[in-house]
Amino acid sequence: MLRLPPFEYLRPAGLEEAIRMRADAGPAGQFVAGGTDLWPNMKRRQETPAVVIDIAALPVLRGVAAGPGGGLRLGAGLRLSEVESQRDLLAAYGAVAHGASTISTPLLRNMGTLGGNLLLDTRCNYYDQTFEWRRSIDFCMKKDGDTCWVAPGSPRCWAVQSSDLAPVMVALGAEVTLRSTAGERSIPVAALYADDGMKFTTKRPEELLTAVTLPAPDGWRAVYRKVRRRGSFDFPVLGTAVWARLAGGGPEPLVEDVRIVLGAVGSAPLRARAAEDLLRGKPLTEEAMRAAGAAAWKPAKPMDNTDLTLGWRKDVVRPEVARALAELL
Amino acid sequence: MTSPPTRAARGRTVLHPLTVNGETKDVPFLPHETLLEVLRERMGLTGTKHGCELGECGACTVLVDGKPVLSCLLLALNAVGTKVETVEGLAEGGKLHPLQQAFVELGAAQCGYCTPGFLMTAKALLADRPRPDRPCLKDALAGNLCRCTGYLKIYEAVELAAERMAREKPPRGA
Amino acid sequence: MAPRKPGKVVGTAYLKVDGPDKVTGRTLFADDLALPRMLWCKLLRSPHAHARILAIDTAAAAAMPGVKAVLTGRDLPTPFGILPVSQDEHALCPDRVRFIGDPVAAVAAETEEQALEAAHAIRVDYERLPEIDSVQSALRTPEPLIHDYGDAGNVHKRIHLEFGDTEKGFAEADEIVEQNYFFEGNTHLPLEQHASLAVKTPDGKLCIWSSTQTPHYLHRALTKVLGMPAAHVRVVACPNGGGFGGKSDPFNHEIVVAKLALLTGRPVKIGLTREEVFYCHRGRHPTLMSVKAGVRRDGALTALHFRTQLDGGAYGSYGVASTYYTGALQTVTYRVPRYRFEGLRAFTNKPPCGPKRGHGTPQPRFALEVHMDRIAERLGLDPLEMRLRHLQPANSLTANFLQVGSMGLGKCLEEVRERSGWREKHGKLPRGRGVGLACSSYISGAGLPIYWNALPHSGVQLRLDRSGGVTAFCGATDIGQGSDTVLAGCVADVLGIDPLDVRVVTGDTDLTPVDLGSYSSRVTLMMGNAAVEAAERARALVAGAVAEKLGVPAERIALEDRRVFDLEDPAKGMTFQEACIAAEAKHGTLGTVGSYTPPRSPARFRGAGVGPSPAYSYQACVAEVEVDPETGEVKVPRIWIAHDVGRAINRTTTIGQVEGGVYMGLGEALMEEMAYRGNRGVVHKFPSMLEYKSPTTREMCEVETILVEDPDPNGPFGGKEAGQGPLLPVMPAVANAVFDAVGVRVDEIPVSAPKVLKALQRLAAGQEGRYGPAGLPAADYGEVTRVLPPWEGGDGRDMKKQEVGAGGVRGHIPGGK
Ligand SMILES: Cc1cc2nc3c(=O)[nH]c(=O)nc-3n(C[C@H](O)[C@H](O)[C@H](O)COP(=O)(O)OP(=O)(O)OC[C@H]3O[C@@H](n4cnc5c(N)ncnc54)[C@H](O)[C@@H]3O)c2cc1C
Ligand code: SF4
Ligand code: FES
Ligand code: FES
Repeated sequence: MLRLPPFEYLRPAGLEEAIRMRADAGPAGQFVAGGTDLWPNMKRRQETPAVVIDIAALPVLRGVAAGPGGGLRLGAGLRLSEVESQRDLLAAYGAVAHGASTISTPLLRNMGTLGGNLLLDTRCNYYDQTFEWRRSIDFCMKKDGDTCWVAPGSPRCWAVQSSDLAPVMVALGAEVTLRSTAGERSIPVAALYADDGMKFTTKRPEELLTAVTLPAPDGWRAVYRKVRRRGSFDFPVLGTAVWARLAGGGPEPLVEDVRIVLGAVGSAPLRARAAEDLLRGKPLTEEAMRAAGAAAWKPAKPMDNTDLTLGWRKDVVRPEVARALAELL
Repeated sequence: MTSPPTRAARGRTVLHPLTVNGETKDVPFLPHETLLEVLRERMGLTGTKHGCELGECGACTVLVDGKPVLSCLLLALNAVGTKVETVEGLAEGGKLHPLQQAFVELGAAQCGYCTPGFLMTAKALLADRPRPDRPCLKDALAGNLCRCTGYLKIYEAVELAAERMAREKPPRGA
Repeated sequence: MAPRKPGKVVGTAYLKVDGPDKVTGRTLFADDLALPRMLWCKLLRSPHAHARILAIDTAAAAAMPGVKAVLTGRDLPTPFGILPVSQDEHALCPDRVRFIGDPVAAVAAETEEQALEAAHAIRVDYERLPEIDSVQSALRTPEPLIHDYGDAGNVHKRIHLEFGDTEKGFAEADEIVEQNYFFEGNTHLPLEQHASLAVKTPDGKLCIWSSTQTPHYLHRALTKVLGMPAAHVRVVACPNGGGFGGKSDPFNHEIVVAKLALLTGRPVKIGLTREEVFYCHRGRHPTLMSVKAGVRRDGALTALHFRTQLDGGAYGSYGVASTYYTGALQTVTYRVPRYRFEGLRAFTNKPPCGPKRGHGTPQPRFALEVHMDRIAERLGLDPLEMRLRHLQPANSLTANFLQVGSMGLGKCLEEVRERSGWREKHGKLPRGRGVGLACSSYISGAGLPIYWNALPHSGVQLRLDRSGGVTAFCGATDIGQGSDTVLAGCVADVLGIDPLDVRVVTGDTDLTPVDLGSYSSRVTLMMGNAAVEAAERARALVAGAVAEKLGVPAERIALEDRRVFDLEDPAKGMTFQEACIAAEAKHGTLGTVGSYTPPRSPARFRGAGVGPSPAYSYQACVAEVEVDPETGEVKVPRIWIAHDVGRAINRTTTIGQVEGGVYMGLGEALMEEMAYRGNRGVVHKFPSMLEYKSPTTREMCEVETILVEDPDPNGPFGGKEAGQGPLLPVMPAVANAVFDAVGVRVDEIPVSAPKVLKALQRLAAGQEGRYGPAGLPAADYGEVTRVLPPWEGGDGRDMKKQEVGAGGVRGHIPGGK
């Protein structure tokens, strides 16, 4: 049986204590929320923190409240099953609820949290392996080794940002609130991510993600589509989140503004800006959708480190983006 | 109500109260032990199975405060102060739970290795939605893998149990 | 002889006898066992795919906390293997590792963590050797040898058989259809990870509980490697949490814990991780195939030529048999007047392949059934009607001397045609939707045992006593297929009691008579026949005693509903228990035995041991698919399958086997594959439940199962197998349905989205709408063995020997002219 390595367990009673504990623990510390990402990683010895600070039960992380300007503030500790069934969310933020509902399995969603999902470690099938397996390939750059086996000449790691909610939140223009002993800051979710498989987040290690703030539902629409092998368990091999403001009704409304964000094709959620530019200010015709698909296809550069072939994963960007746009209507 | 300790030292075995199937016991375990390990290895409750220990199969499903969760990804510490239910607690007073009865009758357990996990997931589902339709059933059971049955007999068994439970007529023992 | 007629149990949906234990968590699988003072074992496995072991230093490990013993290959020098011709495995590699995951050393310690830490502290120096990752590279790289035995270089086994003059057959054909196919390897993925617990009893004997499908073969391997008297070794097969063939070899970890228990005097347990289960493997061989068929305009085959190349992985396992199986059963479905088979198996540096559900036959069945679809397309015939017209007849010999008994394939085809609405659907659904058909057949146990002997293949003992209790003992192992339920059902049916009245004791080499194991779909037929024989003998004892008591002839005694009574005056009689008391009083202590040995096959040529079976099951399957033409993604909403089971001993478990077979076939058809990384030393790409794709509830289709019951004279109550056959037609049916839906052929399993999309893109670019191998690497299949088919006067022997034999006879009658 795969087992966890030993660690010291700390359970703070409140926010302040949590961030103090984390600061005290230094590089040997790690937060855990649902543990559905951290525990498997620890069992495979990808991470071996000496101190684990359990924030799952902190009441302050579990709330849903009105955000500034009519938005919605979601506690980072909300379980994914709560996110997918939250009434306010379902009504106004269908893409968020739907995105959450596509994550892994109902069992896992009863454990995994919103914050953990956004901060999920990047994935690579040279890396998400046991210690013994990784030893047999002489380890890789992300952990214990020097070379990236996906792109051996490359100076960086190409592990994949595989969160389902990350592209949705980026597309929506949501913000995260980060808190440490140094204070609190809010940044757009897009700024939370860095395009590097190893340093994939701009969150400082000691910062606690306390909340995600969704913008007010003032007329925009958003959708999320997920491509994966199986309808359950599987991480996305392509996630497509589209947010748009459409003007005028009818079958071909005008695109006032649009954001197209691809997940699982790089180390950070990828904005398909060329595709957005094609659409902005034009009617959303079937042809426009197809053209946007083609434009989004170009920058998507999946690597050979997830399920299915990279050629196919790139190819399906076209129909997926077009279909996501069609779903807006 | 007890709650998890605020601090547990690395590598120290300590007694913690766990409430499993309605009985509270002080159980010794280490902070890094999962509920799966504690149930099976510390409490002798081997009815809960494991097929991966990484959240990838559902064999280890138990109920914590009524919700189905993966015991391989839950610290036993996190179960302190909760109500844990395992397959061993399903039958009451020596009488099979309607789900168990239906699983037996319809052959929904072939090798039986996935069965405890399915039973626990199904129990939580029926508590929530007493008469789930097929799509709902498939969604709820999508986190439990079975390599033997192709799931079809499992759906039928859950539906049969749901029907009987809805009628509230206890099924007659075989 | 007509099979025994069922009484009140057989043929019904009586309860699975192990059901209550399984739903309450009471069933004890191997990993559920624990004993006081138990040690835990961990194996150190090779990080290299191919390397010489230069030195092993275990000193640091041995000194670590909790460690009680450390073993290396030197401690277990005797080789073993499932087949007598491939004794090529060691419990721990003595001097060479052959795949990533090959075990090198073992530790027993107080806790599993301590054992793991100590295993990591063992230092091994390796000298790496060139790695072979495929049949192609094995053929290209005759040296270094992965094993120092085999037919040529790294070719483990070569087979070349010809039944009749196939060239002549091709010359008589109106059309020749040729194509190449590939079937990727896949694995069993039983939900239960292998586990074993061994203990040395104070009298010096050994007992091991293990998740094994073949306690008898494990018993033999342990006896051999440990050098212990067989009678001092006890193997208890725990109920298996799924097997599918993956637990039917004796495994290194089983031998290691046995040795550690003997050494330490303490119970020693091992529980493999999921990754290690992938290294045990023994799953489907990746197989390259070429098929050449000569056909007449009506679809009749004039000759068939099959070539198969199997990637065997690092050890022999069942591989010789698997290789023969890729050429054996092509002849039992449609008439094949002339048949040639060339096959080879190469050693490669990957986990060993072996028997997975369907053992060696799903690959050629996929090729053959897609080929039949092609032939029908070429000839402009309906693929279903074409098959119906050319079925192999019941009670016939095939070109390769397989004896077909009952044959319900025609009925199966008609059933799926009607139920699926085939006529309204095939070729008529809108683009993106389609239906595909395939047929198949499987053995109900092999005619020959794995090691040569003249002993029964299955034995059953019954114990009855004054309590009215009946206990059935048999070496068979319940792996979820329901063999305990079949055993209880057969006995109960004959004795007129309820299956739940029968206590079953199975899979224990100390307590139960030998049954060869739960593989090759042999248990229902063989154990069933043995059980019926034992039960009929018990019935005779009971009936005789009751007849005497009642003063009526024994022929008039009936056993039914737990009563034993006079058929002509049913009120006259007694309870089953009273009858047992009478019988015990009359005969003394009651016990009977039954055993089963399959009939001898008429085939006599070398290699004829694989293929013969007492009875063949038959299947016809229609799959409906939806193909996304933009992504190539395939969904299978529904499958209709008709299965000729001869007689369903238990309806519930039989249908369960069919549905389970369809499930596993669907996984193979769409997504399951054992993939390796070439760039990092042939490492398994993703040995995990997450990345090895097993269908979830969301992928599983609806299944309409039709049981066709055409009782076979050789089966118990006419019963044939159900565990493996129903998997076979699913893969080709799906591939054929994809063609019907979008007009492209994927001649490769799995039919994954990238392949479909590639074929669609080729079609759109004006090329052939196909994805599949271009050809097979050139290879030598060895000298041909020619056998004349029965209808050309063959007697089942090699023609050379037939001529010599005939000449010899003439030579002995000098004055006879
Ligand atoms: C089999 C399997 C399938 C999966 N499939 C999917 C999938 O399809 N899609 C998907 O998106 N994910 C998937 N996941 C990943 C993961 O389980 C989920 O993303 C989940 O939401 C993670 O949340 P958690 O609370 O369990 O994270 P944890 O494991 O608790 O934490 C993950 C990381 O985030 C950090 N962290 C967590 N919360 C905070 C916080 N509030 N502040 C600061 N740091 C924090 C932790 O320190 C850790 O580094 C899967 C996981 C498994 C095991
Ligand atoms: S992308 Fe390269 S460095 Fe990063 S985890 Fe994968 S193999 Fe390692
Ligand atoms: S053991 Fe597989 S999900 Fe927990
Ligand atoms: S019954 Fe065997 S895994 Fe489900």
